[in-house]
Amino acid sequence: MDILLAIAIMALGAVVLGALLGFASVKFKVKGDPLIEKIEAILPQTQCGQCGYPGCKPYAEAIANGDEINKCPPGGIEGVQRLADLLGREVKPLDAEEKPKQIAIIDENTCIGCTLCIQACPVDAIVGAAKQMHTIVAQQCTGCELCLPPCPVECISMQVIGENIDNWKWKYPVVEIKSEMRKAAAMKAAA
Amino acid sequence: MLMNLFKFKGGVKPPTNKTQSVNLPIAQAPLPSRLVVPLHQSIGGMPQPVVEAGDKVLKGQLIGEADGWISAAVHAPTSGTVVEVAMHVQPHPSGLDALCVVIEPDGKDEWIPREPVDYKSLPPEEVRERLQQAGVVGLGGAVFPTHGKLTASKTVPMDELIINGAECEPFITCDDLLMRERAEEVVRGIGIFRDLLQPKKVLIGIEDNKPEAAAAMRLAVQALGESFAVVQVPTLYPAGGAKQLIRVLTGKEVPASKRSTDLGVQCFNVATAYTAWRAIAHGEPVVSRLVTVTGNVHEPRNYEVLIGTPMDELLKLAHPHPDTDGIIMGGPMMGFLVPDRQVPVVKATNCLIAHDDRLFPPKAPEMPCIRCGACAQACPHELQPFEMYWFSRAKNFGKTQEYNIFDCIECGCCSYVCPSRIPLVQYFRFAKSEIWAREREKNAADQAKLRFEFKQLREEREKAEKAEKLAKAAAAQAAKKAAEAVAAAAAAGESGAAPAADTAAAPAVATPTDAPTATVNPEKEAKRATIEAAMARAKAQREAVQPKNVDNLSPEQLKAAADIEARRIAAHLIEPQPADQTAPLDPNN
Amino acid sequence: MFPPAPFLLKDVSVSQVMIQVCVALIPGIAAYASLVGPAILVQLVIATLAALVAEALMLKVRGKPLALFLTDGSAIVTAWLIALTFPPLAPWWLVVTGTVFAVIVAKHLYGGLGQNPFNPAMVAFAVCIVAFPALMSQWPSVGLQLGLIDQMNIILGWAPRVDTLTGATPLDAMKTALKLGEGSFDVSTLLANQDIYGNFAGRGWEWVAGGYLLGGLWLWHRKLITWHVPLAFVASLSLISGALWLYNPGQFASPLFHLLSGGTMLGAFFIATDPVSGCTTPRGKLIFGAGCGLLAYIIRVFGGYPDGVAFAVLLMNLSAPLIDLLTQPPIFGMKDKS
Repeated sequence: MDILLAIAIMALGAVVLGALLGFASVKFKVKGDPLIEKIEAILPQTQCGQCGYPGCKPYAEAIANGDEINKCPPGGIEGVQRLADLLGREVKPLDAEEKPKQIAIIDENTCIGCTLCIQACPVDAIVGAAKQMHTIVAQQCTGCELCLPPCPVECISMQVIGENIDNWKWKYPVVEIKSEMRKAAAMKAAA
Repeated sequence: MLMNLFKFKGGVKPPTNKTQSVNLPIAQAPLPSRLVVPLHQSIGGMPQPVVEAGDKVLKGQLIGEADGWISAAVHAPTSGTVVEVAMHVQPHPSGLDALCVVIEPDGKDEWIPREPVDYKSLPPEEVRERLQQAGVVGLGGAVFPTHGKLTASKTVPMDELIINGAECEPFITCDDLLMRERAEEVVRGIGIFRDLLQPKKVLIGIEDNKPEAAAAMRLAVQALGESFAVVQVPTLYPAGGAKQLIRVLTGKEVPASKRSTDLGVQCFNVATAYTAWRAIAHGEPVVSRLVTVTGNVHEPRNYEVLIGTPMDELLKLAHPHPDTDGIIMGGPMMGFLVPDRQVPVVKATNCLIAHDDRLFPPKAPEMPCIRCGACAQACPHELQPFEMYWFSRAKNFGKTQEYNIFDCIECGCCSYVCPSRIPLVQYFRFAKSEIWAREREKNAADQAKLRFEFKQLREEREKAEKAEKLAKAAAAQAAKKAAEAVAAAAAAGESGAAPAADTAAAPAVATPTDAPTATVNPEKEAKRATIEAAMARAKAQREAVQPKNVDNLSPEQLKAAADIEARRIAAHLIEPQPADQTAPLDPNN
Repeated sequence: MFPPAPFLLKDVSVSQVMIQVCVALIPGIAAYASLVGPAILVQLVIATLAALVAEALMLKVRGKPLALFLTDGSAIVTAWLIALTFPPLAPWWLVVTGTVFAVIVAKHLYGGLGQNPFNPAMVAFAVCIVAFPALMSQWPSVGLQLGLIDQMNIILGWAPRVDTLTGATPLDAMKTALKLGEGSFDVSTLLANQDIYGNFAGRGWEWVAGGYLLGGLWLWHRKLITWHVPLAFVASLSLISGALWLYNPGQFASPLFHLLSGGTMLGAFFIATDPVSGCTTPRGKLIFGAGCGLLAYIIRVFGGYPDGVAFAVLLMNLSAPLIDLLTQPPIFGMKDKS
């Protein structure tokens, strides 16, 4: 009898808890996959396809499904680090060489106005019309290099964005105690 | 006038070192061998050069045109020839280049025709416009275009106009000398600001270590019959910070997230008021400013210096000691060592300090933070610098923002008091510029994403449109077929007793070879024709219902088509396809 | 790279801070020495040497510049606090063990200067009182007058440790008497026994406490500590002891007794004010100090240890980060918003 009672209680408990769980899974269902969005927020949105996926979102989905996190050269090692932090995975060296940030420049004398680069540009950063010279809107260029291969006259080149007063950053204050002391000692010796 | 002063928390009292440079009156610095005038000398848009190499310019002639509302024009500081418009090293901690107009003086110092105006006869907008065109910017060091600060908030009444003559940084005395010697013009300049902003009262704050300046200002205020209050505030660095002075004089605290006009208060530097007066009442744009030259020199003094004067030429006037190993631009608390002694004096240059190890001993090695809290007690913005340091050092920038890093005014009080000699401000500058860079990157990424998604959307839409057109074409074709079938069925019905082989909807059936077979079994053949006609009717019905674009064809058209088809079929024409008729609809097909 | 602004720096350093803390301890040490004899000076020397050796060893192991960190004085402050909280006639190895443990485990294993979550001196005290409870409870007995040589001999273990030499502190003695006497003693009669308890806190301990108070006030005057922690410490201890004393003066000693005995003054001004392991916000400091005072009273009156300051400080050290997080002061211009 006792056994039956125990079983009944356990069964009842299971039913109640199961119902609760079921209710919760419906009530608090998370729409979409927030993980993919978080991953995508880390990706640099160059849409360059260097990862082998057609854009950043597909790569974000692939990462969420277990793909490697080191396939995004524009994101750099810092991007890999942030992805590793987010996903709790191991930091891996970048799959390809890390390049400095750059933008595409059209040599306007060579351009024949074929519109092929305009079609290739993933972010519509190139303006121009058929048989008209094209130019690149520098602020919108992500430096993805996708416009390079289609150009029949090779008039597009990549230019590294150098440091200027507007984008200059204060450096991390490194005060090496040892070198400072050596310097002080050297100065004393000189005096 | 007795006034209730407020206090701000924190602050430090470094040795002021001001007495060295106040003994001599202001001197006019001689014309330098050449002038390098940077185009970007104010916050906001980068002015566009309007001169080219080889141009002759007169003193005060426009050489850089303001770009946008928050931007200020730049003028030739003297008459001469433009040698080049090129990149030169800037007086900026980065040591990077920026676009400058290089002028070789002709020695005549010849002005353009100046247009003095009575500002009271001008509408306020035009006064602001003139200030912008004259390149008047905040000369306290922030170089924010002054005209941009001369509009009162629409919702908050303007209570106080604060004029900043506190000059709290050690060594600097240019505002002190300006007030001593040119108080009248300063007060007249304040009058312009007062008339534009219409505040309830005007308070001129001067640190109490400058009694001569305060006396001169009082005298000038009295002489001009103004009601401005000259208030001596306690000497405590950084009492000359705009937010601190506002707090001391009004008790109002302006956080980083608000503009001071939102609290009904606005603040200008005394030198700004002076240049505003010169610009309006004398038609002279800002081509020079007062610069304190002090530090490790024989003869510390204040000079009226043309903008663009190379710093080493200016420093030579004060006879620097031979062991001078650098030039600090600005004060010792917030200034920086210039990257090159050749860099020009700009509108933000209020002081040059010859640097040597005796005046500024090299920093002792940095020790770990012991959380003593001295920085928090010294911080005039009541921040927790040691916490911000911790997170800046760990590059945990989100946390630094939680500790309000953007309220930090980089006054340097925390670094000054730190017993571990941690360059705290430097960590905060680093964290701030990293956060800004990330913000820029994030905005760029967001934009790129948006544009990419839009492009995808557009491509999909184009694809969909194409598909629709194709579908339309197909439907039109089908409609034709349907019409044919209907006609064929009708024809079959008409022929009645002779439903011969030629009635078939399927063209293959209607070949002449069918005729002999038809004769083989006429009964069977007739039955087959009826069945086929019925199938064709059903098919026609089905197709007539399915595509919507058949609606486009009017009944007359349908009927005409059917008639033609019927005739053609009747005339034994094979393969009556209407393809050529639909072709004009979609040339891309 | 150019040195960044500010170019002017105040003439302060960590070693200056630490030296001033040591200077502030001198009045208390002087009173202590006049009370128990030169033994305490011997202990100070032993602890200092042990701390410096341990510090040098750890700096070497961790690859830090020896000269810079050895002269910062933090190890000396730790050593002095240990010497002042341990019984003055404790054997030398006990003091050395405590000091070495404090420097190596409580300080350097957590990252060295500025990184230790717990006050190293209090960690040493706690570890030793748990590991060697008997030795840590042997205080010089009533009217003990021994010369330097005799005391040295005891400390160094060359003379036998005789029970008559040592006894309990007034705090301990009172607790034991009240517990064992089962009502046959009350506080006022106990305190009337001037031989043991002196005027307020027994046998001149009040003078030592007064010395610490004096040094602490000087530290406050020098702005090396703020008033928050000591005041909150003293106030909360006075409040709870005062309340219980008013409730039953026969069972509970007066606030004055509690303030002037044991480690109250040393704790309030020198130990709980340690910025590394304590709270840093003004409100946090008040909570921290009040918590220390309250816990110290509870432990010393109702707990199993003769004095509760060490454990109170350690417990509050534990909660300091949370208190700091929850008591961040409003910043300039954001005060009207809660």
